[in-house]
Parts: sequence; structure tokens; C-alpha cells
Amino acid sequence: MAQVIAARRLLWSGQVRCSVAVAAMLLFYGILKSEPAVPQPASGSPPSTLQETGLYADFDTLQVDSAHLAFAPQYPLWSDGATKRRWISLPPGTAIDGSDPEVWIFPVGTRFWKEFSFNGERVETRYLERRADGQWLYAAYAWSADGREAQLVSARGKRGVYPLAGGRTHTIPGVTDCKACHQGGPSEVLGFSTLQLSPERDLGASHAELQPEPHVDLRYLVDRGLLVGLPRALLDTPPRIAAATATERAALGYMHGNCGHCHNERGSLQNIGLFLRHSVMNSDEPAIASTVRQSVKKPAPGQSPDAVLRVAPGHPDRSGLMQRISSRSPSLQMPPLGTDLIDDEAVRLLYRWIEEKGASIQQAHINEEGR
Amino acid sequence: MTMHRALPMMLTTALLVPSTVSSQDSAGAQVKRGEYLVSIAGCHDCHTPWTTGSAGPEPDMKRALSGHPQDVMISAPATLSPPWSGAMNPTSTGWSGPWGVSFSANLTPDPETGVLRDFTEQQFIQTMRTGRHQGQGRPILPPMPWPAYGNMTDDDLKAVFAYLRQVPPVKNKVPDPLPPKQ
Repeated sequence: MAQVIAARRLLWSGQVRCSVAVAAMLLFYGILKSEPAVPQPASGSPPSTLQETGLYADFDTLQVDSAHLAFAPQYPLWSDGATKRRWISLPPGTAIDGSDPEVWIFPVGTRFWKEFSFNGERVETRYLERRADGQWLYAAYAWSADGREAQLVSARGKRGVYPLAGGRTHTIPGVTDCKACHQGGPSEVLGFSTLQLSPERDLGASHAELQPEPHVDLRYLVDRGLLVGLPRALLDTPPRIAAATATERAALGYMHGNCGHCHNERGSLQNIGLFLRHSVMNSDEPAIASTVRQSVKKPAPGQSPDAVLRVAPGHPDRSGLMQRISSRSPSLQMPPLGTDLIDDEAVRLLYRWIEEKGASIQQAHINEEGR
Repeated sequence: MTMHRALPMMLTTALLVPSTVSSQDSAGAQVKRGEYLVSIAGCHDCHTPWTTGSAGPEPDMKRALSGHPQDVMISAPATLSPPWSGAMNPTSTGWSGPWGVSFSANLTPDPETGVLRDFTEQQFIQTMRTGRHQGQGRPILPPMPWPAYGNMTDDDLKAVFAYLRQVPPVKNKVPDPLPPKQ
């Protein structure tokens, strides 16, 4: 930058000035394009191959170690239509501490894997491991085209790993982007939690997945001593999102799984006042209170001026929330990372929810006036 | 008030005054440090509109750090021929490149138009570390050199933030970025 300043003062006019500016721009653009590593607290180095993480009992046949537990959250994260498989491994004799149902504490040595496939082709497998210092280690492994090996991806991520619709491509996010979501709330583990593993699964959830064997849920974990301290009430009455309709339940669940990791009451974005993470301990629903008829705090670039409310009941087209999730323009889109394709199913779900919300409020007014 | 009643209050006051002064000194030193860092890190290069003065082009410090002037209209990316792929406008606040057109942000604490008005100190630090708005949101466009600033220490970034919070506010609504030509 200092060089740019000096050049500007000395060579202000004409093409020289332009070339300095362009050089600077291209340098910075090149830097941005390659998503350089940002210094992160060191916590060991990930293995250089997926095989070394211990996911498979036999890598040649890709047979997953039977000691690992396959699971599926009830409200999955949209990743451009990728098919996902997930596993957790707890060190023998250890258990998850669930005494705070909002923030489970995982034993040192816990490992998670999430495999992403498109059209039956494995593309990447992401990996989380809790290290002895308590920090989580983040890594991603890219599968070779022949599906025979999966190598560690640079901490800067990898672009263009699989073609998607509309000329877009799947990106393996860099560690910084992984942490932007995983460190955006009270727990770094997002899909393995009290609500996500409730036996009261939402059959209307967007992109709902079948539970893989052995059907890991709260009851399964507690019965086998893998989850301790969970308040008894959550077993007796498994958590479910309290909602006026099935549409609303699915809509709130979608926002919990796709937005709540950043937009919650305990993370660094709490000052925005948008709380989309469901709390299993509170009976109220902050995702309704902080969206319905609530003003957009600061319109994003590209947002239409008539979207003054986050959710305008009965008017999905004029709701800021709809405009954000219906876009993949980098300045406007939500979520802002981890996806390049609009989630059409979710757009339809939330559109319907906002329409229904308008109708129900209108009906409530009629009833009120009729008294 | 009797002396035995007044004494504790006097003592408390005597103890509190130095710490208050010390705290003010510390805050003042942090702001000075921030001013120094902003001056050497080239922030004025893009965030203060440039004008042609008596000694040639220079940042217009009356509008220091207020970003791309709202009355300087740019409606499309620059049209360039190879080998060029980028350009900037005369105020040095509008930048055209493969990403479209970016406009430098208003960093002053104007309550209506300052981009940092909703930022916490931690979000500012995270923004420099991740290159994302408020640390987790939309990507910050080139040529903002956040990868370089992301290498600054927390204390230095806190100092920059403290300085930016107290510069004179300038009301200037920076336009939205423009997409690249299709």
C-alpha cells in the first residue's frame, strides 16, 4: 500500500497513475480470489489424507468404521443440493455433556465427518476434531475424480470442484469461512444438538433426510451413556418447535438450521437483533418476534426499497428476508457463504409461511372486531 | 457534614480521580495510535475523496474517510481494452475491475450513513480477519486490502476502530456496488 501511495504522489497523471492503480487492484483482486489464509490460533495440523482421519475401516472398499455413528439432523443445511452423509466418533468410555441443552460439550477426541456428493459422485468430506487444548480442528478433503483418494484441501479452500446449474460451481470453503458459521454462536458443532436430534422429527422439514441406521437421536444417545446430563424433561417431552401451523414449524426449523448459527442471541451478531436459532429451553419463539413486522435494520446492497420489514405478513415479495434468501448476488444473498444456488424449496416454504402469516393475522383482526 | 463522614468520601474521590485520568490517558493513547495507523496504512487513499489542490492531487481532509461521494455518479463498469482490466475514478473512491465497481465505504461515525454504525469492536476485527461484512456477512470487494490488515494485532485493530469512532461524522450515502458486465 505504501508503494501505491508513493507512486500516486510522484506519478499522478496519465497512464502511469492508472497502471499503478490497476496493478494494486489486480494484486488485491488476486489476493481476494485466492482467499488467503488468515492467521488462526494453531491447534495441530490435520492429516494430509481422509484415510488418516480414521473414517474408514477399509479404505479400499470405503467401508466406514462400524464404531462411528451415522446420523442426520432433522433440519439440514442447504448446500446447493449436495447429498450428505455424516458420522460422529466419540473416544471409548467418553460421553457428551448435555447438561446445558443449548451447548453440548464434546469430549476431547470427538470427531465429525460430513461427506458431500453431487449426482452420486463424492466431492468433498469435511472433518472436525476436538483437540487436547479444547479447540476444534477444521479440515476438508477433496475427492479425486476417480473417487479413489481424498486429499487435504488448503486452508484457503478450493473453487470450481464440481459444476452446478447456471454455470456455477461448488466451492469447498476455506477454514476462515467454516469458522464464520461454526463460531457464530454458542456451540461450534451445529448439526448434532438437542433440537436436531429430537425424536420428535419434523416430517415437513425442508430437504428432510431419512435417519440412517442406527437412528441416532436423544433417546439412543442417553440409553447408551453417550449423552449425560441432559435434563430429564427433554427426554420425557422431546423438543419440537412450537408453531401455529406445520408450515410455520418447518419454516422456523429451516431458519434454525440455515441461519441460526450466525443469527442468534449469543453470537457476535447479536446486536443485529435477528434471532433465528431455536432455543429448546424457552417456550417463546424469537424467530417470530425478531422478524414478523420488524424493520430491516440496514438494507443490503440490491435490496428493494419497499422491503422495509424483515417479514411483512401477507407480502412475501416485500419482505427483506425473502429478498435475501432468493438472491445469490454476493452482496444480497443469504446465507452469505457456503451456497451458490438458490434453495427453491426453502423459498417456496418461506413464501407460503409469510402468506399464511398475513392471512392468520387478518383473521385474528376479523375475530377481534366481531366480538 | 462532619469530618468522620466526609473522610471516606474524600478518600474515595482521591482514589478514583487518578484511575479516571489514567483511563482517559489510555483511551487517548489508543485513539492517537489509531490515527497513526490510519495515516500509514493508506486508508485515506481510497476512503477520503481526492481533489486537485494547489500542490496537485491530495485527499480532501474536509471529507476525511467519508468514502465515495454520493454526488459522484458512476453507473457502469469502465470499458477497457487489453491488457487493462481495471480502473479508478478521479476521486480515487470508485474502482472498476473484474468484480464490477466497488465504492469505498463511509468510515465516519455518521449515524445514518456510516458503514461502521452497527459494528461492534469485535465485528470490526473479524471483518479485517475474514474479509466479510461484520465478520460473517457479504464479502468485501477489492481493492480493500483486508488480507494485509488482517495481519494486524487485535490491539492495533482496536486502536483503528477507536480512532474511526471519533473522527468528525460526514453524512454521505455511498452507492451500492455495481455488478460486472455480463
